[in-house]
Amino acid sequence: MAEFWVNMGPQHPMTHGLWNMRIKVDGETIVDAEPQLGYLHRGVEKISEVREFQKVIILTDRLCYVSSLTWSHAYCLAVEELMDIEIPERAKWLRVIALELQRIASHLMWLAAFGPDLGLLTMLLYALRERELFLDLIELLAGLRLNSNYMRVGGVRNDIPPEFKKSCEKNITHFLKKMDEYEKMMERSKTFVMRTQGIGHLRKDDAINWGVTGPTLRGSDADIDVRRLIPYEVYDQIDWNPAVEKDCDCYARYRVRMREMRESCKMILQALEKIPAGPFRMKPPRRAEGEAFRVTEDSRGEALFYVIGDGDDRLYRMKIRSPIFSIVAATPMMLKGNKVADLLAIMGSVDMCIGETDK
Amino acid sequence: MGIEEEVLDKLRDRFPKLLIEADEVRPGAIRIKIDGKDILEVCLFIKEELGFDHLSCISAVDWKDRFESVYHFTRYNDGTMLQLNTVISRENPKIESLCKLWKSANVHEREAYDMMGIVYEHHPNLKRILLPEDATIFPLRKDFPQQVDRQYISRKKARRGS
Repeated sequence: MAEFWVNMGPQHPMTHGLWNMRIKVDGETIVDAEPQLGYLHRGVEKISEVREFQKVIILTDRLCYVSSLTWSHAYCLAVEELMDIEIPERAKWLRVIALELQRIASHLMWLAAFGPDLGLLTMLLYALRERELFLDLIELLAGLRLNSNYMRVGGVRNDIPPEFKKSCEKNITHFLKKMDEYEKMMERSKTFVMRTQGIGHLRKDDAINWGVTGPTLRGSDADIDVRRLIPYEVYDQIDWNPAVEKDCDCYARYRVRMREMRESCKMILQALEKIPAGPFRMKPPRRAEGEAFRVTEDSRGEALFYVIGDGDDRLYRMKIRSPIFSIVAATPMMLKGNKVADLLAIMGSVDMCIGETDK
Repeated sequence: MGIEEEVLDKLRDRFPKLLIEADEVRPGAIRIKIDGKDILEVCLFIKEELGFDHLSCISAVDWKDRFESVYHFTRYNDGTMLQLNTVISRENPKIESLCKLWKSANVHEREAYDMMGIVYEHHPNLKRILLPEDATIFPLRKDFPQQVDRQYISRKKARRGS
């Protein structure tokens, strides 16, 4: 049978955002694939060159609406490195709490998308219901639910409200009970297991060579997490276990994310106990000169900000390294030889986010 | 002796003449600067001998008189980071591609070409990635002036008119 190209996107239930996967098929088998990006390019890097340091935070928030806190945090960390300032201790703990809340909310959004992709429509409703709890906590903390605008260069915007610890503990206890239910529901579903186990194989050395990071890499038996490898904020003072799976397939990536959510809950509870008193924000200098870079562990992988200042009150150049941008380049390798229906499982398991990819 | 010093010493021993700058930026991170034509030689050493297995990012910077292509590497066994700045002339922006060494260079080089117009030679598929294929501009270059709003002008300065 003749081979021909099929467009999966830019408007397709699989894409979760505006992008296009062109696949070359031989009957039902994928023989070649080519992702096409750029539908959502907004020029964040260019706009940030004319705005003052604090005004760029609102742009980095919108890099990914599912995990906005992690992106604005990565930006703030790089600019603090550029200005050579050390933020107060309390601010670091507050940031860790906010980041882990955001990571759970982001992974739940992924779960809500991954379930329906594979025919478990109930998962959409369940995961979104529990995500609401974490959005409520973020709202309590930052005042806003999605694009929180909470991180600041030099700390965070405001302190935690008095009743925060109590609601946090209540919501997390409730959520951990629900997690057991989800795992039972997903893992005892024969359809789900059949469609994920052994699909989308990604070897460890291939993954590293292609620049794949984050949960996708940890699903390929590589114990690499920037929070442990190059600790930032106070992640080295918290006790937690890395989530690593050996199977290198879609099911392993699913397991990694589920385990990460439990670890994040543990981290939030520890941080709430250990958080010291003191100021939560400091006044940063207005101007900065030099160049700096910092890596952080975003919900989807390694985020890197490379910033250059030329002595003015704004950046000369900002470069965003998006994890999905690298991962999507590696997907043709994972897709080749699989069936067209497996494309949903493979692309769902890497958690696409187009806002950060297209910048 | 820290890990940073060890890596820097190895680089200095191997390339005594090629390094324009080499220093430590913070514990666990170093920065070196070389000329664009030496890139393959230095990167082969970085990958094979020093063991930096992860090419994290490639960014292009326009310094008005020259371009720089900046590479960030991570070594996964101990978390050391390396920033490599390469100088490229502004009139003829060409540099060798790193796709043979790290596959992840592929999309990042395409993005740098798309945004800044730096040509990566021997790249398997060097075409635009974020902008449409028929675009003729390189938007992140500094010869695209943007309107800059200066909001906090002191009264003294405003009276002087500067």
